[in-house]
Amino acid sequence: MSTSFLDVTLKLLEGFEVTFMIFALTLVLALPLGLIIAFGSMSKFKPLAYLVKTFVWIIRGVPLMLQIFLVYYIPGILWNITGLSDMTSVLIAFVINYACYFSEIYRGGIESISKGQYEAGQVLGMTKTQVFFKVVLMQVVKRILPPMSNEVITLVKDTALARVIAIPELLKVAEDYGSQALIWPMFYTAVFYLAMVGILTLLFGYFEKKLSYYRV
Amino acid sequence: MSMLKVEGLKKSFGSTTVLKGIDFDLAKGEVLSIIGSSGSGKTTLLRCLNFLETADSGTITVDGNVIFDDNTHKLKDAEIRERRLRFGLVFQSFNLFPQYTALKNVSLALELKLPKMSKSEKKAELLKIENKCKELLDSVGLSDKYDFYPCQLSGGQCQRVAIARALALSPDILCFDEPTSALDPELTGEVLRVIKELKNSDRTMIIVTHEMEFAKNVSDKVMFMSDGVIEEIGTPEEIFENPKSNRLQEFLKKPTF
Repeated sequence: MSTSFLDVTLKLLEGFEVTFMIFALTLVLALPLGLIIAFGSMSKFKPLAYLVKTFVWIIRGVPLMLQIFLVYYIPGILWNITGLSDMTSVLIAFVINYACYFSEIYRGGIESISKGQYEAGQVLGMTKTQVFFKVVLMQVVKRILPPMSNEVITLVKDTALARVIAIPELLKVAEDYGSQALIWPMFYTAVFYLAMVGILTLLFGYFEKKLSYYRV
Repeated sequence: MSMLKVEGLKKSFGSTTVLKGIDFDLAKGEVLSIIGSSGSGKTTLLRCLNFLETADSGTITVDGNVIFDDNTHKLKDAEIRERRLRFGLVFQSFNLFPQYTALKNVSLALELKLPKMSKSEKKAELLKIENKCKELLDSVGLSDKYDFYPCQLSGGQCQRVAIARALALSPDILCFDEPTSALDPELTGEVLRVIKELKNSDRTMIIVTHEMEFAKNVSDKVMFMSDGVIEEIGTPEEIFENPKSNRLQEFLKKPTF
């Protein structure tokens, strides 16, 4: 394997592509799933709420790395299912894990909206759905943007956990240079993570600014 | 005929009985002020009228139509929404929608009520709504604030937007829950002026208030509530000049700051 700076960069870019895939797919799937989980944990039907809360507690209480192992090995051990690809296993673990964190952010945002906003919508004859989508949602979005930005940035770096089942993501690719006694590619990966987090920070900052015309 | 008739309205929260049987009626164009110390049930009464709380028993009749009785809880949501629009409510803390302009705050509910229709029809309807809502904002003295967001308005201006918003749905009876309590003293005047103008245009109103002077000035009837019952009800003169019950006499003696 060539170890010139250019070749390493190209190799790392391949790894970054995988990293970005894990990141993007997790985000796309976990954001809506988190909202469903949030509604579950706020359900007036108490058994459901407790069940969902227990689930969230377990997912948030166990290391994500362990959850990746579980999704990777358990289907094979218990039911002899071996069809899941490595990538699928990682995605299932990431999506469920991040959906649970997102659900708590959503819940916090939704519950922080004053009762008066709902009542104002009600006395104006709006339906519950209209109140949620036309009155509450935009206020929730504004409230949860900062904690969301935090969580999304954490996700960028958590993707590195996928290497525990040999997914060739950025850090894994760099690590593999270690067998050639090459350590600097490891440190070089920081540039990729920093660039991505930098872009996300700017993006979230832009959205926050966009929504700064009103106060909630 | 009376515009509003309330009979035997009762409401408890757990073991606390907040309304112990409220009876009164109100003619069209009359203004009723409700006074009383906090915890007397004034706000709960208003909230029951607006279906924000469901009374345990009693009936509410508006313009000859029973809109609340023991069977109301069986009604579908859509029917309840229709019935509650007989009342409008202006909140103590305005509860304007922060992400919308003053104009949009007033027009939103009307826009959402539009039935499905073709694009061109809808455009015409929306324009009608916009004009109506602009007129309403003009009528509360905010013709230059259509495009302002609530956070850019003073408390008094916010409350006037809230009044316009409640009027947009053309309620038969407009209710105010301590409309000036959240305002700086120098801003209460502009809100009270708007309410007074509404009285002059023959609007039926119920106002929960701590502004005794205002209640005296604007009301046709004053109700003094205490401990979940109507302790006394009468003309402003009867209530403020010749209070009969001890409790009302005590209440009126308290200095108002």
